[in-house]
Amino acid sequence: MSTPLLEVVDVAKRFSVGTRFSRQGVRIVHALDGVSFTVMPGETLGLVGESGCGKSTLGRCITRLYDLTSGRLRFAGTDISLLSQRQMRPLRRRIQMVFQDPYASLNPRRRVRDLIAEPLRVHTSMADAEIGRRVSELLDIVGLKPDHAMRFPHEFSGGQRQRIGIARAIALNPELIVLDEPVSALDVSVQAQIVNLLADLQERLNLTYIFIAHDLSVVRQVSTRIAVMYLGSIVEMGSADDIFLRPAHPYTQALISAVPVPDLAAQGSAKRIVLTGDVPSPVNPPPGCRFHTRCPIAQERCRVERPVRTDCGPGRSVACHFPNDVVHTS
Amino acid sequence: MTVASGTLSATPKSRGPWATALRRLLRDRAAVFALFIFVLIVVLCLLAPVYAAWANTDPFTSTLDAVVHINGQDVPVMEQSTEGLGLGYTPIGPTWQIGNYFLGADNQGRDVMARLLYGGLNSLLIAGMATVVTLFFATLLGLAAGFFGGIIDTLISRFLDILWAFPVYLLAISLSIVLIAQGLNLGIITIESGSLWLPIFIIGVVYVPYVARPIRGQVLALRESDFVLAAIGLGVPSYRILLRDILPNVSTTLIVFVPIMMALNMITESALSFLSIGVQPPDASWGTIIQDGQNLLYTRPMVALAPGIAIVITVLALNVLGDGLRDALDPRSKIRIGRS
Repeated sequence: MSTPLLEVVDVAKRFSVGTRFSRQGVRIVHALDGVSFTVMPGETLGLVGESGCGKSTLGRCITRLYDLTSGRLRFAGTDISLLSQRQMRPLRRRIQMVFQDPYASLNPRRRVRDLIAEPLRVHTSMADAEIGRRVSELLDIVGLKPDHAMRFPHEFSGGQRQRIGIARAIALNPELIVLDEPVSALDVSVQAQIVNLLADLQERLNLTYIFIAHDLSVVRQVSTRIAVMYLGSIVEMGSADDIFLRPAHPYTQALISAVPVPDLAAQGSAKRIVLTGDVPSPVNPPPGCRFHTRCPIAQERCRVERPVRTDCGPGRSVACHFPNDVVHTS
Repeated sequence: MTVASGTLSATPKSRGPWATALRRLLRDRAAVFALFIFVLIVVLCLLAPVYAAWANTDPFTSTLDAVVHINGQDVPVMEQSTEGLGLGYTPIGPTWQIGNYFLGADNQGRDVMARLLYGGLNSLLIAGMATVVTLFFATLLGLAAGFFGGIIDTLISRFLDILWAFPVYLLAISLSIVLIAQGLNLGIITIESGSLWLPIFIIGVVYVPYVARPIRGQVLALRESDFVLAAIGLGVPSYRILLRDILPNVSTTLIVFVPIMMALNMITESALSFLSIGVQPPDASWGTIIQDGQNLLYTRPMVALAPGIAIVITVLALNVLGDGLRDALDPRSKIRIGRS
């Protein structure tokens, strides 16, 4: 097996909320807790989970928009977990990010040409004419027209804006792109176009993706491997087929059972697992297994001892004390 | 897809946010009228030397023995008082003849109209330059505090709080009294005690917190916005993010502040000058002319009324213009439009 492009080792991220003078004092939000995984070159790792489970925080930690509280990040063999923003700069051309909201991630006061040229201006010494040619080329690659370059973001639809964001991300031929819910804000018909564009680009430019999403059907379509997150940790990880066809963790099972099935006959036979209660607050996460408050098969041990994610097959791992006791729904 | 692109290409030229705002402003009749009035006042004041030359008067020296030519008669500028005990002199009232003591004379026998125009020039100059001073320092402090945060933010914010703790006029008056007496010496910069730069500097500094605070808040919000995060993710250096991503997005707020601060500065300048701690005689401003007219209020009210009316009209025009600018530049203004 080749060397991993990205290694995430036991990463934690905590935010403090409030001040000494607020009513509840300083509270610590445990956004990420002991997250570990590796990403191989050329693959797409899907990150799924409910909103607030730390997916986006993880994406921003990987791109070092946030500092890690603890843990290690190794990118292509180099430890980047403690680099300062200044030291990160040369590496930024190799790790890029696409944001969820295509309306907020483009500066409304700059023309498309300048938005896409920004990484080229910062990282290369290309002449203006050359930059202009590259911008036209990039617009063409993402399916926009060269004369769109002189327009402002507000003149485009959500899907077109996301294409601009993608053009900006691929401008420097990066190796890894973190896609933070790139299609969640778009219409379903446009979602398919963007997903196809991303798949096409991956093939052409030899890209590695970390695809963050809460829409399971999209994730299944794009991912080679999937990591399921719950309350700041990864509860299960495996190939896309394993996760969808043989989910081992009760949380994954509940998620998969909630995916609408196009075939009505098949839907009738599948049992739907409905979770009760809300996601516990990350300010005060439950002891033991984080999922025990909502788990249909929780036992005494789950309330006390936190399960460690252990391998349970080739490329497969699950963090549950009773993964075998799970009722198979499919 | 192709249809959408087709219609987009059909638009002759893409309209940027500035062009859109300008169009919106030009559609606002009240704002356009206010702008017209303001420009008219500025042009009239700029013509002050022309008026003085044409009227053949020097508005900065006493001309107690001058003679006015009205309807073929020669009348002295200072008339023997007819009221009370008939002691002292009363300056001539308005002749309503342009270039010939149009608004009458003041206690020194000087043409009030000429002084009004020269005074307007000073008032506008001080208000405008003080606005530049305020916006410059406020932008600098607001950007630094909001963008860098931490200890820099704490230091700047506390400094602004201290400045803010003083009532504006108390601070302006105390600064003026001290500085008018001895001038300002900041090592490289020295300002003479009679210089116009003194009121400009004082008024400019006093209002810095009022502008810096909202700027800081905006920068703070922009700092967390996706497009700034995107720029950081692209490896854009901080100075470039400040210049390209943050400053252009606070510039609308700065522009809205220009007419509002000018109006405020004009009122503050008049107040200081009225209290003799702004523009120093024989130089004039609308504030000093009101003070000149104070003693003549019962006999020759026009001396004090004319600059007062000038201030009211200018400030009103600036405020209406400020409202229009805010509506034109603030994308959320659609919600607030009350006029149909």
